[in-house]
Amino acid sequence: MSSLTWWLEVALRIVVVFLGFMVIPLVVGQLEHKAMAHMQGRLGPMEAGGFHGWAQLVADGVKFAQKEAVVPDAADRRVFQLAPAVALVPYLLALIVVPVGPGTQVGVDLDLGLFFALAVMGIAVLGPLMAGWSSGNKYSLLGGLRSAAQLMAYELPMLLAAASVAMAAGTLSLTGILGAWHWYWLPWQLIGGFVFFTAGLAELQRPPFDMPVADSEIIFGAYTEYTGLRFALFLLAEYAGIVLLCLLTSVLFLGGWHGPFGDAHLGWLWTAIKTFVLAFVVIWLRVSYPRLRADQLQKFAWTVLVPLSLAQLAITGVVRVL
Amino acid sequence: MTDETPEQALETHETHEAQEAPDRKKIPGTGLVQGLATTFKNMTTRAHTHQYPDVAPELPPRTRGVIALIEENCTSCMLCARECPDWCIYIDSHKETIPAPTTGGRERSRNVLDRFAIDYSLCMYCGICIEVCPFDALEWSPELEYAEYDIKEMLHEKDRLTQWVETIPPPVALDDAAEEPKEIALAQKAAAKKQAALDAAAQAPAPTETETPPPAPNPSDPSASAPPEAPASNPSDPSASAPPEAPASNPSDPSASEQEAKGDA
Repeated sequence: MSSLTWWLEVALRIVVVFLGFMVIPLVVGQLEHKAMAHMQGRLGPMEAGGFHGWAQLVADGVKFAQKEAVVPDAADRRVFQLAPAVALVPYLLALIVVPVGPGTQVGVDLDLGLFFALAVMGIAVLGPLMAGWSSGNKYSLLGGLRSAAQLMAYELPMLLAAASVAMAAGTLSLTGILGAWHWYWLPWQLIGGFVFFTAGLAELQRPPFDMPVADSEIIFGAYTEYTGLRFALFLLAEYAGIVLLCLLTSVLFLGGWHGPFGDAHLGWLWTAIKTFVLAFVVIWLRVSYPRLRADQLQKFAWTVLVPLSLAQLAITGVVRVL
Repeated sequence: MTDETPEQALETHETHEAQEAPDRKKIPGTGLVQGLATTFKNMTTRAHTHQYPDVAPELPPRTRGVIALIEENCTSCMLCARECPDWCIYIDSHKETIPAPTTGGRERSRNVLDRFAIDYSLCMYCGICIEVCPFDALEWSPELEYAEYDIKEMLHEKDRLTQWVETIPPPVALDDAAEEPKEIALAQKAAAKKQAALDAAAQAPAPTETETPPPAPNPSDPSASAPPEAPASNPSDPSASAPPEAPASNPSDPSASEQEAKGDA
């Protein structure tokens, strides 16, 4: 009996996480369509679904599913076909350990939650590398190499910033970190939050750090040769990555389910609000800023973000000892 | 920047937003924040998009949408077809004879328009055909929804071209200071002449009614259309240069009287 309820609970948790994983990135994508359009003086999608084009991404998905999945002759078939899955699945795995509310409102309460999330996010960035290497296309290869250079530079400050929070809480468990969270962590971990969010943007190759997919230079970087559903999976991975980055940033640096009132019942709402506000910021930055050059990217990572994250570590350590 | 005097630096600090000189020291990140503010302000203002198929476009009055044919005005003179830079106008016509209006007269012939077609897949909307038409048989219409599924169907025949006549807007009102159109000026001149004749006929029995003697054109002026009574009432009038319509002026019109007085002097 208890074994049955345990299985039911596991199944339910998996279904809920999977549904969230499939739906929330689409909501963020639609938000991007509309917010970006209005920031550029346009209306964005208005027809699909009737009301302000709410079903645009559903229609896009249907369209992608109908398209032919081409594998180029020169491509390394196996790697080429595997790359979208490598890009997408880790975000689903990482989502399982992120708590959305207090208590049991988390897929799996892992003791190594933070470590696990960052580790599988590190796998996700292998997707573009595999795609770029296996496509048999010089633009894809250039895009893959640019991705590699960028990820090398930005993985370090991201991990250092996350380590600062783990140091402050004294645990790697995400629920543990939220349990130890106090409002004064906001100013205390402010620099770390900035570094984590910015480095995460760069890992996701979102503008202004989108040099690996710069369409005016290398078509679409590592994704140039992809069509149909595999291309759609890469796009979904990008938005799932935004969701996960915003979730992690809000959990680590903005207090997750801690809100002004009703934490026990409204915790999921506070998490959702913080996540969507951060997702809006991601879109906002994309519209506002031009793309960084290769040298600017590297300079920004090594001379700004790494020192800042080290400074954050030092501040965290000093405050902890005091 | 380093050689700035302290006063300058202070001033720069106080008015850093107003100063746009690149050499001045700014708070780092000001430009980044301005960029974010600009896009956010854009987002909160309404987009200028007109949702065309749902909302009819507001077109300027002289929009050049399509060329309409006013069939009655066309004489099949072929000027438009020959001036068309890409030869997209097709005209077929034949001659018909009209019986002589009077007995023993000559039969008249006239052109009858059989076909008038414009190939809008070739037309480049230069409007030269409209300019050259001597009888204003072609006119711009603002109509714009005549897309077809096949390029061959873009060749529109007379029946379609004449349907668009209904959509031609009335001519734009003239500017207040504008010269009158030639046609109206001619018509008014003719009307004035006729009125002058009538007035003169009415005045002839009682010429002493007016304060100033009504001037009359020189009888020797061939352009003068003076009534036969006018020279008789004032045979010694010296105003040879008076305009022919001068007698047409109403005697009770003060401005007209003034003009006549000057002419007399």
